[in-house]
Amino acid sequence: MNTIRLQRFFSRQSYVISLILLIVVVAVNYSFQNNLFELRIINNNLRTMMPLMILAVGQAIVVIGGGVDLSVGTMVSMINTLLVTWITPESTGGEIALAFALVCGIGILGGALNGFAVAFLRLQPIVTTYATSFIFSGIALLVLPRPGGSLPRDLVTFYRSTPLDLPLGLYVIGVLILFWIVLRSTRYAQYLFAIGSSSDAAYATGVPVRSVRVTTYVWSGLFAALAGIALTLSTGSGQANIGDDMTLNSVVAVVLGGIALRGGGGNAIGAVIGVIILGVIRNIIFFAEVPTWSQTLVNALVILAALAAPGVIRLIRRLIQR
Amino acid sequence: MTRFTLTPPLIALILAVILFFAGGLINPDFVNPAQATNIVRLAAFLGIIAAGQTLVILSGGEGIDLSIGAVVTMGAILTFRLTGGDNSLIWVGLLASCGAGVVIGLINGIGIALLRIPPLVMTLGMTGVVQGTILVLTQGEMIGATPPLMRQLIAEPLILGIPGVIFIWAMVGIGMWVLLERTTYGKQLFAIGVNRTVARFSGVRVQWIVVLTYILSGLLAGFGGFILLGFAQTVFLQLGNNYLFPSIAAVVVGGTLLSGGKGSYWGTMSGALVLTLIDSLLRAAGLEQAYQLIVFGVILLALIVVYGRQRSLRQ
Repeated sequence: MNTIRLQRFFSRQSYVISLILLIVVVAVNYSFQNNLFELRIINNNLRTMMPLMILAVGQAIVVIGGGVDLSVGTMVSMINTLLVTWITPESTGGEIALAFALVCGIGILGGALNGFAVAFLRLQPIVTTYATSFIFSGIALLVLPRPGGSLPRDLVTFYRSTPLDLPLGLYVIGVLILFWIVLRSTRYAQYLFAIGSSSDAAYATGVPVRSVRVTTYVWSGLFAALAGIALTLSTGSGQANIGDDMTLNSVVAVVLGGIALRGGGGNAIGAVIGVIILGVIRNIIFFAEVPTWSQTLVNALVILAALAAPGVIRLIRRLIQR
Repeated sequence: MTRFTLTPPLIALILAVILFFAGGLINPDFVNPAQATNIVRLAAFLGIIAAGQTLVILSGGEGIDLSIGAVVTMGAILTFRLTGGDNSLIWVGLLASCGAGVVIGLINGIGIALLRIPPLVMTLGMTGVVQGTILVLTQGEMIGATPPLMRQLIAEPLILGIPGVIFIWAMVGIGMWVLLERTTYGKQLFAIGVNRTVARFSGVRVQWIVVLTYILSGLLAGFGGFILLGFAQTVFLQLGNNYLFPSIAAVVVGGTLLSGGKGSYWGTMSGALVLTLIDSLLRAAGLEQAYQLIVFGVILLALIVVYGRQRSLRQ
């Protein structure tokens, strides 16, 4: 009886296991780096994780809806090149706001293109978003053939700021959590989970499958634009392939966050936890003084072990029951 | 009377021929036998690397192998290092690159079949592990050389002006046909691709077939890396990455369903030809790299629209 209740709890609150994993990796990190909880260090860490956090929440929505978006990284690159082209060190506040609004619109358009192809033309998400990723990286290269650009000093300082003595990253996490709580309470979220677990059943019960599916990619496009803004503020310059690597990391973060890739379940906050786990693991490897050439391997093995852990537990349980 | 039907592989092949002659409109020098041979030669590398991807995608269950790019790099680097340019050591390189592929495929297979990790995640995770292993092995230094004999046998004209790699590709093609159409493994692969539960009830050892499929995928990618070295002559850390997504695209363009259970290797071969042709055409047109990327994306999207569509919800 109790085990059933426990199992139900874990399947509903999918991010609990991720949270436990997070506590473990943070503890390990603390043992290597005693000033981990100093405000300055927290601020630094969250600042580097922020772009991927925002991106992963968008990816999580697509994955929960039963798809995957392999174009998000190149979309971040495209947004980055547009921002450094439109914003110069002399830009006024109004111009900057306009540029931010424009790139958000472009992110939404890019997402709508993906969503239209997947939902209305019924194309497979993996290859479709792979194809559009070429379009986005082509545009990025067109906008900014050579790395460069610089931002107003105030803008870069803002990204490093700690309003009310709290890291900016904490506010962003707060907004992301609030966003998910609000979204989760709507009928839209029920549709989202329904099409993710079975689009046939959802269609049969009158869920507007196609339009909901389009919106998942629109969310992901918008979040890619926001992640692009964050990344640009973080680096202060532009490069046509700056965000390309973030695509696969966003997928790994989603999975580490306890969101099943088959869709229909999970909690977008889990993706944020997944990003922090990834960042903390990287920290540990740095502070544990792992030899330079072994860092990639150790990082990959730890991530693989984290991904495999639920499967190993399930396998052992099956063998015991037999 | 059997009716002549346009299957996706046939569409892809016709498209390849049309594209080739369309190249003549852009650049009159494009249409000649030497250029045709060159394109088939370039497509052969992609085709060989995409063979394992075809098997994995046919096996269904969201099957996909994202680790093959890294495995290709691994195979090429192992051959480069172990032979050190010595013709008499080529067999060591071949064994090592194929062996590494088998081991990586086995780990993928165990993770996917026994630990039930989604293929996308498992093979993505393995990509990092393989890349990390490459860094540990090489310490960032690419020591070694390509045996001259490999270049002669693979990249240069062998018989009647046709490079060896095209013969190798043809042999891979025949081998894949026999494997898929004439062996129990092939029949069971299609069976688990259509419906795993039904396959299990009809006596197919599903997990074993899945593990075997990922082993074959690793093996073919490792072999692909070995072959690629004969052409590339040099190695670098991203050597195989350029083949990862094209291998998936070639499979899809060839009409194999990403959901598994339906498709063929000759479709993948046509797909590899189409993708290579588009790439060559865009280069021949003298477009800037930025436009090349955009046009490639649009054409790929158009190809998937033509025959990559999934069934409608309303039936």
